[in-house]
Amino acid sequence: MKTSEELIYDSARRGPVALEELRGIFQYRDLIYQLVRRDIVSRYKRSVLGIAWTLLQPLGMMIILSLVFSTLFQSIKGYPTYILSGLIAWTFFAQTTTAIINQIVWGGALLRQIYMPRTSFAVSAIGTGLVNIALSVIPLFLIMLVTGLPFRWSLLFLPVSMLLLAAFSMGVGLIISTVAVHFPDVAEMYSLILTAWMYLTPIVYPERIIPETYRWFFNFNPMYHIVKIFRAPIFEGVIPDMKTLIVALVVSLCTLFVGWLFFSKRADEFAYYV
Amino acid sequence: MITDINSPLNDIIRIENVSVRYLLPGERILTFKEYAIRLLQGRIKYIDFNALQNVSLRIRKGEIFGIIGNNGAGKSTLLKVISRVLIPTQGRVWIKGKVSPMLELGAGFHPELTGRENVFLNGTILGHPHHQIEEHMDEIIEFSELGAFIDSPIRTYSSGMYARLGFAAATTWEPDILILDEVLSVGDESFRRKCEMRMKSFRNGHTTSILVSHSMETVLSLCERTAWLDHGTLRSVGPSTEVIAEYRQAQAGA
Repeated sequence: MKTSEELIYDSARRGPVALEELRGIFQYRDLIYQLVRRDIVSRYKRSVLGIAWTLLQPLGMMIILSLVFSTLFQSIKGYPTYILSGLIAWTFFAQTTTAIINQIVWGGALLRQIYMPRTSFAVSAIGTGLVNIALSVIPLFLIMLVTGLPFRWSLLFLPVSMLLLAAFSMGVGLIISTVAVHFPDVAEMYSLILTAWMYLTPIVYPERIIPETYRWFFNFNPMYHIVKIFRAPIFEGVIPDMKTLIVALVVSLCTLFVGWLFFSKRADEFAYYV
Repeated sequence: MITDINSPLNDIIRIENVSVRYLLPGERILTFKEYAIRLLQGRIKYIDFNALQNVSLRIRKGEIFGIIGNNGAGKSTLLKVISRVLIPTQGRVWIKGKVSPMLELGAGFHPELTGRENVFLNGTILGHPHHQIEEHMDEIIEFSELGAFIDSPIRTYSSGMYARLGFAAATTWEPDILILDEVLSVGDESFRRKCEMRMKSFRNGHTTSILVSHSMETVLSLCERTAWLDHGTLRSVGPSTEVIAEYRQAQAGA
């Protein structure tokens, strides 16, 4: 508390909010840790299997989807790994963006009572997601072992893919939650959009079943590229090709940048609405 | 008027000509579709609602400052301006030090987490580093009289237990500025006395407290100065006895 004496807040002398938020996140890093911890601990506290659900959830989904679609796409070798790798990336995206929106739109009670970096919830939701995705590597490797897919050095590329996925998810979460603060309907709409979006991304089906005439359309889907850079090191055992990598890199960083600026620009109004 | 904002006075909070204006939609428009239609038709009307109008206040370091007024007078809005949550529409707020509001249940606490875990969560929300919370943990447990319950999920707590934990978690740090919004009304008599004692021990010390209450007795016994807010304007500010007498007179006349 010694340093807090020099801490002066002057509403007439505030820096750019986007930068203030960034500085705030660093100052409140212990809070981010506590929020991530709260999300993970409280979610599983009353269940018997606890944190094991993080592993069982994608595994169960993968088994269901494999059973449903295996006759359809039986020609793919290691189809379960194909599904699971796509599913893990998609689940991260769907869960973190939804969590950001919900925490800001419905959980605004804190923002109305006390100052904290308003991006805290977005950062902590991404943190929670990263813990979960790191854990989901365990069932993934298990399935690779079972289906006989080789472990290659390319797997070491995965953290890069995860970070780009995280950047894109945070950007999308920030943009949509900013809009959803004014129009809570957007939050509902988003869950529908997510479903459609998932089927427009090659998660459960192989890319080659997309008719040639529609292929160009998939290039406009950022998640198409991001899922690709996540899946290539696992399923194909290679580092993703340069073109895909650059597209994924540019798209995710731009989305994060735009999202952060847009959110910060509106953040001062949140307390009036949420 | 303050000319030199940096003058080395004893003020810890300066509020200058602050106004807060809410824009309330004339009718509640919640769907995007409705909004789009109305926007095209040019039918979006807003009602200006001045929650605070031209309020100027100075609060000195170490004092216990009371805020009174009827419901809807702007007390909570003023607290939000002080806690940096609301950026005033007009005017200037200058604050020296860290503001610690006592958080409501549901905001800074999670029902599934234990009391101890919640103290960590609550403490970091107030901006304290992890190690500092650890150092104060025993003190918090002692003040809250929770004993072994500190490791039970707080959904199992009674409202009194929660109030004790919340008050202990907010005040143990001797924060620069402590904000208490109608919190002393919960809990039993002995707890209230304990809280009042702790607040009095802050007096003339490091901590400045701002207390919002509908209980004139509490304000009289704790606060040397009080502000009376009425429909968003500052009706009167000064020694608590005088302001409260004025307030009571107006209430009786109304």
